[in-house]
Amino acid sequence: MSRAFTLEAQGIRACLGRKEILHSVNFTAAAGRVTAIVGPNGSGKTTLLRAITGEIAHEGSVTLNGLDVNHLQPWQLAAIRAVQPQSSTIAFPFTVLEITRLGLSAGLSAADSSIPIRALEAVGLGGFAGRMYQDLSGGEQQRVQLARVLTQVWEPVVSGKPCWLLLDEPVASLDIGHQFTVMDLARNYAAHGGGVIAVMHDLNLTAMFADDVVLMDGGNVVTQGTPTEVLTDSTLAQTYGCPVPVNTTPPGHIPFLLPQARVQMASRSI
Amino acid sequence: MSTVTAELSEASKQSNVAPLPDRRIRAKQLTLILAFSLLLVSIFSLTSGASGISLWRTLSDLIQGRELATLDRVVLFDIRLPRLAMGILVGAALAVSGAVMQGLFRNPLADPGIVGVSAGAGLAAITAIVLGSLLPATLQTYLGSALVPVSAFLGGWASTLLLYRVSTRAGQTSVATMLLAGIALGALSGAASGILVYIADDSQLRDLTFWGMGSLAGATWGKVLTALPIIALALVAAPMLARGLNALALGEAAAGHVGIPVQRVKNTAILAVAGATGAAVAISGGIGFIGIVVPHLLRLATGPDHNTLLPNAALLGAILLLAADMIARVVIAPAELPIGIVTAILGAPVFLWILLKRRVDLVL
Ligand SMILES: Nc1ncnc2c1ncn2[C@@H]1O[C@H](COP(=O)(O)OP(=O)(O)OP(=O)(O)O)[C@@H](O)[C@H]1O
Ligand SMILES: [Mg+2]
Repeated sequence: MSRAFTLEAQGIRACLGRKEILHSVNFTAAAGRVTAIVGPNGSGKTTLLRAITGEIAHEGSVTLNGLDVNHLQPWQLAAIRAVQPQSSTIAFPFTVLEITRLGLSAGLSAADSSIPIRALEAVGLGGFAGRMYQDLSGGEQQRVQLARVLTQVWEPVVSGKPCWLLLDEPVASLDIGHQFTVMDLARNYAAHGGGVIAVMHDLNLTAMFADDVVLMDGGNVVTQGTPTEVLTDSTLAQTYGCPVPVNTTPPGHIPFLLPQARVQMASRSI
Repeated sequence: MSTVTAELSEASKQSNVAPLPDRRIRAKQLTLILAFSLLLVSIFSLTSGASGISLWRTLSDLIQGRELATLDRVVLFDIRLPRLAMGILVGAALAVSGAVMQGLFRNPLADPGIVGVSAGAGLAAITAIVLGSLLPATLQTYLGSALVPVSAFLGGWASTLLLYRVSTRAGQTSVATMLLAGIALGALSGAASGILVYIADDSQLRDLTFWGMGSLAGATWGKVLTALPIIALALVAAPMLARGLNALALGEAAAGHVGIPVQRVKNTAILAVAGATGAAVAISGGIGFIGIVVPHLLRLATGPDHNTLLPNAALLGAILLLAADMIARVVIAPAELPIGIVTAILGAPVFLWILLKRRVDLVL
């Protein structure tokens, strides 16, 4: 794949305080695919995302669509990639619509002022535009942030170049229905040529929605590949320090939910 | 339309979307109302005071090209007009610096008066008054009457910068640290001012007492003109910060990700606050609470969008300061109260009310 359609990080070393958190991480994500970063707590997923977005100082290089991000101005970067933080509080009593509109100030989509409303509808917050952000539940706030991020890079491809969504645990505090809403959005974005990088904790959702999986542990990338390649009994058991059997049904008396079964149900109902 | 969300928004199209309460329109209407009110208050302010000038007589005299009585002319052009101009400048400067500072610190309690920026500016101004004669003669003549405002600006700038350094770690501003640092700055300025008062001679001492309370009484065209360029520059710069300050509400990192050159916005905001506060303090002393009450009332009325908050704050700040000035002039007429006392008596309870009513707990 040509470098014009990738996000590439080479030899990323980052320190927080005195400690080196990332030890020369190499990482590539391709546009048109959903790349999930998974790993135990403290393995460096958020730190890697913050290094890639230039939030923290780091060694190594990051290129986006073949361009060195250090040579791009904030507004140029903002036009091609949007970042959803792991958590966010807002200082003043802004409404949901006003927060979502903050995404408009940057991207090329600035011309179309109906986008914030459409983005809110896309994340299932159609009637929420006039509500106060501070009065929403945690999961609703998280979806407002996603709507803002979507607003910023609404078109997955702009003049032949892919745009990028960088999401830190986008489904962490969402109910199962909205987890699907959000992951479907991510899939759709990639299907139309955009790039999506998401830090994930839910391995089931990762298996369902990701094209590529990057498994991190202790500030290193352990393996990278398709879900089938990465999500194996032995790799997971080693990384997470507990048995995580793949494709195994539990003993009869425990109820279990397999989101993957959704595909069957959908085809049956048609 | 992007097809990404086509299916999803298709589903929500059926649900009827309620008309959006767009606060931007209301905020723009408010701008017109405030501008008109400022005009009324200005006229009222020009025609009220110890020497009774009749508004209608003066106006009809002016319109019909008749000569004004000499006394009327002196009162109007040399006393009340500069006082009016100074009131508008200082009120607008204080309210806008408050709003910008609150946006910068992401906190509705940040105010140049409360966190010690005014104190820093005041200290620098006092130092200039008392020790200005020690400066090289060429520098003195070069700066002339701008010496005090320029020093006040530098003092305000240094204290804002210090405050931001002390209270902001990794892009997060701690309110507790900010308020405590403000107390320390205020105490330091107070002590230093105390020392300077000992050294000062009689005429300097008279100038100094004026700093303590804040007043528009000493208004002259000279003072107005020295402060005008700095305050005007700050007021012009402020609306250009609006987008950046809005985005900063998301946090520094997120503001950067939506395309804001964060460091440049912060530097400009600090310069604007220091300039406006410094110049206002230099010509009128320490007038409190305008910077915190005005933006707060406006956020309640039309929301926190800085695009409209900043211009409206300038207007409402000017209106409230002129109103306070009129109160200061009539309460114990023919003498007058320092205006700082009036704004404190009216503003402090509002400030306490804000603390009682706040919706979100402050992260201390
Ligand atoms: N400010 C900091 N100073 C020092 N160390 C830090 C700091 N922030 C995080 N770390 C450490 O860096 C490591 C990686 O943290 P990071 O936030 O990237 O983990 P993560 O993989 O995102 O975890 P989670 O799944 O809990 O979100 C952790 O060991 C953490 O303790
Ligand atoms: Mg994390």
